[in-house]
Amino acid sequence: MTIPLSYSIRNLRTRRLTTILTASGIALVVFVFASILMLAEGLQKALIETGSYDNVVIIRKGSASEVQSGIERSQASIIETQPEIFIGEKGGGLLAKELVVLIMLPKRETGKQSNVTIRGVSENSLLLRPQVRLTEGRLPRAGSSEIIAGQSIAKRFRGGGLGETLRFGMRDWTVVGVFDAGNTGFNSEIWGDADQMMHAFRRPVYSSIIFKLRASSEFDKLKSRVEGDPRLTLEAKRENRYYADQSEMMAKFLRILGMSLTIIFSLGAIIGAMITMYSAVANRTGEIGTLRALGFNRRDILISFILESLLLTFAGGCAGLFFSSFLQLLTISTMNFQTFSELAFEFTLSFEIVYKALVFSLVMGLVGGVLPAARAARMNIVTALQSG
Amino acid sequence: MQVLKLIYKNAFRHRLRTFLTITGVSIAILAFGLLRTVVDGWYAGVKASAANRLVSRNAISLIFPLPFSYKDKIRQIDGVTIVSYGNWFGGIYIDEKNFFPNFAVEPKSYLALYPEYVFPPDQLAALLHDRKGFAAGRKLAEKYNWKPGDTVILKGTIFPGEWEFVLRGIYKGRTKSVDETQFFFHWDYLNETLKKTIPRRADQVGFYMIGVKTPNIASEVSGAIDRSFKNSLAETLTETEKAFQMGFISMSEAIVVAIQLVSFVVIIIIMAVMANTMAMSSRERIGEYAVFKTLGFGGIYIAVLIFGESLFISATGCIIGTILTFPAAKAFGNEMSQFFPIFNVSVNTIYLDVAASVLIGVTAAIIPTYRAVTIRIADGLRRIG
Repeated sequence: MTIPLSYSIRNLRTRRLTTILTASGIALVVFVFASILMLAEGLQKALIETGSYDNVVIIRKGSASEVQSGIERSQASIIETQPEIFIGEKGGGLLAKELVVLIMLPKRETGKQSNVTIRGVSENSLLLRPQVRLTEGRLPRAGSSEIIAGQSIAKRFRGGGLGETLRFGMRDWTVVGVFDAGNTGFNSEIWGDADQMMHAFRRPVYSSIIFKLRASSEFDKLKSRVEGDPRLTLEAKRENRYYADQSEMMAKFLRILGMSLTIIFSLGAIIGAMITMYSAVANRTGEIGTLRALGFNRRDILISFILESLLLTFAGGCAGLFFSSFLQLLTISTMNFQTFSELAFEFTLSFEIVYKALVFSLVMGLVGGVLPAARAARMNIVTALQSG
Repeated sequence: MQVLKLIYKNAFRHRLRTFLTITGVSIAILAFGLLRTVVDGWYAGVKASAANRLVSRNAISLIFPLPFSYKDKIRQIDGVTIVSYGNWFGGIYIDEKNFFPNFAVEPKSYLALYPEYVFPPDQLAALLHDRKGFAAGRKLAEKYNWKPGDTVILKGTIFPGEWEFVLRGIYKGRTKSVDETQFFFHWDYLNETLKKTIPRRADQVGFYMIGVKTPNIASEVSGAIDRSFKNSLAETLTETEKAFQMGFISMSEAIVVAIQLVSFVVIIIIMAVMANTMAMSSRERIGEYAVFKTLGFGGIYIAVLIFGESLFISATGCIIGTILTFPAAKAFGNEMSQFFPIFNVSVNTIYLDVAASVLIGVTAAIIPTYRAVTIRIADGLRRIG
């Protein structure tokens, strides 16, 4: 026979102030825990899911990002003739030679300058990134000073909206379209014609070459051929791998910060739960004696108090999660340490985070509750009844 | 005196509870102190910048260079005393994980601009004489165990190839706020090599560091520099070193704000824990408070008792937490040295620790005090447990 759950629930209700204080402490911890996980998840989405597994990025050997890289036209034409490139509907290889640079643009609200990625693209660039969809306006005409801007640029940077103009490279560029690239890093980019940009920025070299593989399994063959070719000082990476590498430092930072905060915060919350449960046990010594006298055994008492603690922290966990879910409305924009460029990402709540946060709150309840519950269970019936 | 004794005795009536609460407060103060130090670390570059130094770079963005020929034009502008120049090199030492800032600079003028980098005289002479020589900060040299005369190879990310350098000088910071993790070498070495390998990229500099006579003419000088290159292929953007550093921070502002917010959340969490402890203690003693009142002690006396106990616990936690902050900051700083080259607990942080603990103590005592003071004597005496 076990002690009914309603006993635990009623106990929590009777001592309202203490219950609310402890649960709100737990709620805050779970809130912070969940929000860091959500941030990491958003970053992951923004950077890792930007690339696709079947696409290959070619950059200069040793350069960590497209911005640092440079590929001569002669090298680019060697890459174009590789047999592993997927042949598109129009007959040519599905390949794009791109130029990637950073420019400083002022933010709409504050006027503060931030680095924005500008990508000089060719016709195939859009076909290679099916996640990029034009939502407003039209595509730029080839050979013109027209550009399209990612949604987060259009929203947050001066001159980035539809119909506005940006000035760089001694020219005015008109934004003729806005594109949506979901949660990916492309949302923080501006796209225009590659040849026009090379001219404007006076950069006679491409930054990267992106193409789709004919068959995904041929990547290793291609990689060893490209990297072994003495005419090319280039390296090949799968596109998703490339973007994962770009976010490594940022991800490491978030991971260390998140881990240390979670550990420290949860210690605080466990202590809070422990204090509450110890006093719950101390206050109810008489009751515990009565329960024992009624025939409930030590295990029942232990389970009942652990359950009470679990209920307490679970309520807090649910509340924390509830409030953290509102964070999804926020977009964080920051500088990626590795590329020095603007990157916007959203807090993203996934099922895994919900599950982790709730398990985390239960673990806090278990750790905080087990010692007080053990004390309750160990009580001697006679002395317990006497003290009540 | 008697009040103090009573407070002390009350605080340790529930030894376990008090011990747990003090631990909680110390952890919170520790976390708070660490987070404030992280924020300080973020701004360390701004703090270390001098008001009489200007930075001039390409107006499009940092990745575009400026022609080397600008040097003499800048030198001619009124108020300019020293012009130094350099490139962000962005080399990788063995593995990407070993990140440290590395630049190619013209060492003579650069060191004249940065008197806070202190070299032993013989090492300075050796550094200036050897074109392949480089200088490293004390912390950096210690981390990789480099001794003067050692050869170090960096893999270029922006400038392709493997670059060989010889350590000639190890500098120390004049003050604690000087970054001792930097790596810089002769710009000539970079430029001469580029002339042979990629002539297109030779004779270009990433930034000009400019010394001005007095800080108060900084804005006029920077305006004059930018005007003289207006409408050229490479327009300049000149700002004070401080503004330049702030530019970087404002780009990652969201993270700083988040850390600041979190540092307050930790205080609120512990406030809840502390308030809980006080609420429980005072509820248990409500009968005693009624007795006090019966004996003629006023509400103020009871308030002093509760506030005193609350502050006593939070102050003890604060002292332990603050003491622990120092070793913790040291360990954290070593772990994260690539993000935060300067990671010192500032005096300000300690003041904030104290303020936070007072806030915790006071807030936690408010509701219990209100309850204890307002309860009617008869009710208080009747109440059990």
